[in-house]
Amino acid sequence: MEAAITIEKLSKSFGSTKALDELDLEVRVGEIHGLLGPNGAGKSTCLRVLLGLLRADAGTARLLGGDPWRDVEQLHRRLAYVPGDVTLWPTLTGGEVIDLLGRLRGGLNEKRRADLLKRFDLDPTKKARAYSKGNRQKVALIAALSSDVELLLLDEPTAGLDPLMDAVFREVITELRDQGRTTLLASHILSEVEALADRVSIIRDGRTVDVGSLADMRHLARVSISADLVGAPDGLTTMPGVHNLKVDGTHVEFIADPDSLDKVLMTLSSVGVTSLKSQPPSLEELFMRHYGEDGATTRVEEAVTR
Amino acid sequence: MSSLVGTGALVRLALRRDRILLPVFIVIVAAMVAASAYATAELYPTAESRATAVAVINTATSTLAMFGPIHDETSLGALATFKIGIMGAIALAVLSLILVVRHTRAEEETGRLEMLGATVVGRQAPLTAALLVAGGTSIVTGLVTGISMIAVGLPAGGSVVIGLGFACLGIAFAAVAALTAQLTKSARTASGMAGGVLGFSYLLRAIGDASAGNGLAWVSWLSPVGWWQKTRPFASDRWWMLALLLVFALAVCVVAYMLAARRDFAAGLLPERRGPAFASKSLGTPLALAWRLQRGTFAAWAVIFVLAGLVVGGLTSSVDDFLTSPQALEFIEKLGGVQSISDAFLAVELGFMGVFLSIFGMQAVLRLRSEESAMRAEPMLATAVSRITWALSHVTIAVVGTAVLALLMGLSAGATSAAQIGDSGQLGRVVVGALVQLPAVWVVTGIAVAAFGLAPKQIVIGWIALVGFVLLGEFGALFSLNQTVMDISPFAHTPRLPGGEFSLVPLVALTAIAAGLMAAGLGGFRRRDVG
Repeated sequence: MEAAITIEKLSKSFGSTKALDELDLEVRVGEIHGLLGPNGAGKSTCLRVLLGLLRADAGTARLLGGDPWRDVEQLHRRLAYVPGDVTLWPTLTGGEVIDLLGRLRGGLNEKRRADLLKRFDLDPTKKARAYSKGNRQKVALIAALSSDVELLLLDEPTAGLDPLMDAVFREVITELRDQGRTTLLASHILSEVEALADRVSIIRDGRTVDVGSLADMRHLARVSISADLVGAPDGLTTMPGVHNLKVDGTHVEFIADPDSLDKVLMTLSSVGVTSLKSQPPSLEELFMRHYGEDGATTRVEEAVTR
Repeated sequence: MSSLVGTGALVRLALRRDRILLPVFIVIVAAMVAASAYATAELYPTAESRATAVAVINTATSTLAMFGPIHDETSLGALATFKIGIMGAIALAVLSLILVVRHTRAEEETGRLEMLGATVVGRQAPLTAALLVAGGTSIVTGLVTGISMIAVGLPAGGSVVIGLGFACLGIAFAAVAALTAQLTKSARTASGMAGGVLGFSYLLRAIGDASAGNGLAWVSWLSPVGWWQKTRPFASDRWWMLALLLVFALAVCVVAYMLAARRDFAAGLLPERRGPAFASKSLGTPLALAWRLQRGTFAAWAVIFVLAGLVVGGLTSSVDDFLTSPQALEFIEKLGGVQSISDAFLAVELGFMGVFLSIFGMQAVLRLRSEESAMRAEPMLATAVSRITWALSHVTIAVVGTAVLALLMGLSAGATSAAQIGDSGQLGRVVVGALVQLPAVWVVTGIAVAAFGLAPKQIVIGWIALVGFVLLGEFGALFSLNQTVMDISPFAHTPRLPGGEFSLVPLVALTAIAAGLMAAGLGGFRRRDVG
C-alpha cells in the first residue's frame, strides 16, 4: 500500500532563510506519525507545503496518492488540518466556525461533533473573540476531528490546552487511529509524541535527522546509570563509551553507550554494587543529543548514513 | 502617578511603529493644503473676481453643504481655503481617531497589549500614550500646515487659525476615539463608532450651513466640525472658538479615563452577546462567509448612500434657485443654462459618489489580504475550497456591492430629483448617471485585486492609486496638468451624466481593463505562497 505521505528531498526557502533543506518524510497509512523538532525546525512549513499553501522550491511531496500543489480540492476533502496558530473570525460563534469548516471540507459527522463538544467541554454559542486561547484551540480541534477524513494534519494541536483536555485529545486521536485514520502530529512537546506516536521523524534546520519507532531509537540510544558501590570506582574515567561521569565518594552517575554496557557493568561489579538504577533515556535526552552541543554532529552523521 | 508608568516607552513604541505613516501624512496634508490654497489664489487675482466667485459659492446649496459658506467676499485666504481647509481638517480627524484605536483597542484585541501590560506599564498608560501620539500628530500637522500657508504668501493670522484649528479638531476626535475604544471589544467597531461621530458631526454642519435660509443655522452649533468652521479663518479669525473644541475634548477624555479605570482588561462596556450553536444552512460557502464578514459594513454604506442620494436629489431645485442671484446669472448662462446647471450639479455629485464607491470596493477586496495576514485564510484553504473560489468570494462582494450601492444612490437621488423638478424621466437619467460610474470603480477594485495577487506585501498600492486618481481629478486642472497625465485616472473617462454625452466605448474599455486586472491578480494568487 502506498504511504499516506511521501516527501523526498523537499526544499523551501524564504528569501535567504532555508526553512526546508532536503527534508525526507514518510507517513504510513494508519499510523500516528510524530514530526518532532524545536521551534523553527520547519514543521509548519512542511505542513503548509503538504496543504498546497506553499510551493516547494525542489524535491517531491505526495499526499494520499496526489500532488499537494495541484490536486488541492480532491485531496482536501480527504484530510483535516489544525493550524499551529489558531485565529478565528471574531464575530462568528465557535459552533458556526465548526459547521462552516466542516461543510467546506465536504460535510461533518453530526454525532461526533456533539460528542466532541461534550468531551472537550466547549460552549459553542460564544463569539470567537470571547474565547480563550485554549478554547480557540478546542474549536479548531473539534472542527478538524468532526469530519470523517482519512488523514489528520495537526500542528502543535495541544498548545493552550490544560492537562485534562490534553488527555481527552490523546484519547480521541488514539480512537481515530484504531479506526484506521492516519495522523501527522507536528510537535515540540516530547511527552505528547512519546505518548501518541507510532513512529517519529526528528527534524532540525529543515532536515530529517532521525526517523524510526520509539523502540528503535531507544535501542540506538545510550543508557543512563546511577549506582552505589562498595568502594571507590576504578577505571570508569578512562573507559570508552562512558559519558558525563559524576563521582561522589562511592556514588556514580553516568551515561553509557549501549555497546559498552557489558564492560561497564563488569567494572562496576568488580568493585561491588550495593544499588543500581538504569533507565532508558527519555525523549528529552534523545532530543538533547540531536540538538545539544554534545554529540550532535556524530548523531546527525549516523542518521544520514543509516 | 503610578497608573501612568511606562507611558513614555509606549509613546516611543507607537512612534516607532508609525515612523513612516506619520511623517508622510503630515507632509502630504500640509503640502496639499498650501499648494491648493496657492493655486486657487492665483485664479482670482482681483477683489472683483473673488466677489463673483464667493457670491456663486455662497448661493449654491451643494457647495454650502459640502464645504460651508465663505464669510468674507474679498478675502483671498478665505476663498483659497474654503474647500481644502475642511478636507484637510477631516482627513486629520480621521487619522487621529485611527491612531488612538490602533494603539489602544486594536492592541488589546490582538493580545499584544497584554504582553506589554505584564511589564511595568500603568493601567492608564496605553490610553495616555495613544492620546499623546494622536494629539502630538495633530499639533505638528497644524503647525506645519500653518507655516506652509504663510510660506506661500497667505496672511499669517488666518494661517495660524487654520493650523490651530487642525490641531484642535484632531485632538477632539482623538478624544472621541479614546471613548469609543472603551465601549466595545472590537477595534473595527471602535473606529467605526468614532468615524460615525465624525460623519454625523459633518452632516449636522452640512445641514446647518445649507439650510441657514430656513432658520436651521443653529444645527451647526451641535457639531465639533461646525465649531471648527466657525473660527472663520481669513475672515474673522475667531480663534477663541477653538476653546470650545478643547473643552469638548477634555470632557470626553475625562469620561474615557473613568470608563477605562473601571473596566477589565480586554473587556468592553457593551455586553458581548451569545450566538447560535450551529451555523445556519446558508453559511456553507466562502461567499456566504465573505458576506457574513462584510454585511455590517455594507449595510452602513447602503444607509449612507441612500441618505446622500436623497440630499443630492433634493438639492436639485435649489441649484436652479440660485439663478435669481444676479452675479450668478451671467456665470451660469456661460455654462449652458438652467437644465444643464442642475444636471451638471448631479453629474459632479455622482462623480464624487464614484470615488466613495471605490473606497468600498477597495476595502472589500483588501479583506482578502487582512484575512490572509490574520491566518484566517489558511483554515479555509485547507478545506476543499480552491484559492480562486476563496479569492472570488470577497471580489464578488466588492463588484456586486459597488453595483448595488450605485443603484441605491441612483434610485434615491433620481426619485427625489424627479419629484423636485416634476419630471419622471429624471429618475432614469440619474440612475444611468450613477451606474456609468461603475467601470471606473471596478478598475480601482481591479488594481486592489492585482496588488493582492501579485504584490501582497505592497498591497497599499491600491490606496496610493486611488488617492493619486482623486488628486489628478480634483487638482489636475488647477495645476494645469497635461490632459494625457490627467487621463491616467479611470474617473477621467467616465461620461458626465446626466447632461453630458453618453458614450459606450470608454465604459467597455474600462470594464475590460478592470477584468484584466482582476484576472491577473487571481492568476498571481493561484501561483504564489499563502501566508
